[in-house]
Amino acid sequence: MSAAPLYGLVLAGGRSTRMQRDKASLDYAGKPQLVRAMELIAPLVTRAFVSVRPDQLHEPQRSAFDTVADLQPGLGPLAGIQAALRAHPDHAWLVLACDLPFLSAPTLQHLIARRASARMATAYRSQWDGLPEPLCAIYEPACAPSIEAWIEQGQRCPRGWLSSADVELLDLPEAHALDNVNTAQEYTAARAAIGTAAIAARRVNVRYFALLREQAGRSAEAVQTHARTPQELYRQLQSERGLKLDPQFLRVAVNDEFGDWQQPLAEGDTVAFLPPVAGG
Amino acid sequence: MNRFSLHELALEPQLLQSALRDPACGGYVSFEGAVRDHNEGRTVRRLEYEAFAPLALREGERILTEACERFGLERALCAHRVGSLLIGELAVWVGVGAAHRGEAFDACRYIIDHVKHRVPIWKKEYYEDGDSGWVNCEHCAAPAQPPHGLVHQHE
Repeated sequence: MSAAPLYGLVLAGGRSTRMQRDKASLDYAGKPQLVRAMELIAPLVTRAFVSVRPDQLHEPQRSAFDTVADLQPGLGPLAGIQAALRAHPDHAWLVLACDLPFLSAPTLQHLIARRASARMATAYRSQWDGLPEPLCAIYEPACAPSIEAWIEQGQRCPRGWLSSADVELLDLPEAHALDNVNTAQEYTAARAAIGTAAIAARRVNVRYFALLREQAGRSAEAVQTHARTPQELYRQLQSERGLKLDPQFLRVAVNDEFGDWQQPLAEGDTVAFLPPVAGG
Repeated sequence: MNRFSLHELALEPQLLQSALRDPACGGYVSFEGAVRDHNEGRTVRRLEYEAFAPLALREGERILTEACERFGLERALCAHRVGSLLIGELAVWVGVGAAHRGEAFDACRYIIDHVKHRVPIWKKEYYEDGDSGWVNCEHCAAPAQPPHGLVHQHE
């Protein structure tokens, strides 16, 4: 069975109650985040839509795009997913929240490349609690009846549905890609981060030794990364390079000296992950 | 001269020993670690040592400094092989010189123990059956998936 073609859905039907202003129009680097999200998703899917509440259909920013209106308002994000699956039941949906300012194309490409179309959905595992992240995930056509039944039972939580369904779960290639921004305070912090080098990709050199060198298939490489600490970098490389050692058994060295997993990384740093030693 | 050194060629204990000589020393102790033909019940054919050289040299030097301060040594040296080694070859050599034998024995033991546990050098064993493995690393695999439950909290 071949995979269903992929449509994109950016969720912008929330009430932004905690932000106290429309989240879709918040701007980062001079661009409203709804526009940013649509630009991110459009090249990766056959067609991209904005998910809206019926009362937002004529709001200018949203109506500049193709829209899918909620059929059962009050369900939260699940209403948008439900409406999309009903509108185009033969398509899979790459669903994105519009308020993911740290999300980048490689994280979406990684998700699409590892899409398991024979399962109900493909999602990232939250770096915070290990649960599926519902708002940067691919929902297959086959999940429609199960989601409808879930709503029928009075459920509202898309994470709950993903946790109970047959879902392909992936590790995030970039640790902070799905950090979201819900409050005015978080918005200020995120804008500051995006405006400064703190969030820009930096280039670091990575060295691998012994078993890790064999698993990575190389002894050194230069890596572009959003990782802020060796811990985040290791997590990224674990998935990209197939490193199989548990970091609890490793030590880290930065610039040829023992370092700390939590120390900030700087442009040009050389990071080495050290397996358990066995000299003598 | 570096008191801790890494060597790609065979270690020469006599040469190393001569560098320890000091008229203030009344006791010399050295330790030689050689490649053994078995480990954990398996027959070993050869070994490979790999080092993260800049940090290994630094950490080795630190261990020797600690030993000198702690045991009041006059002299301390440690040489470690890297690369491919056959059974019986010398992998590591430690030598110390002190005024008296007690400190010399204790310091030599301190140095070899700390070198084994702290210096970024790795050992790969090649077994008789064709298999091979990195010592101390083979039981460090991450679990396939972090555990996660179905219960979670909403804000």
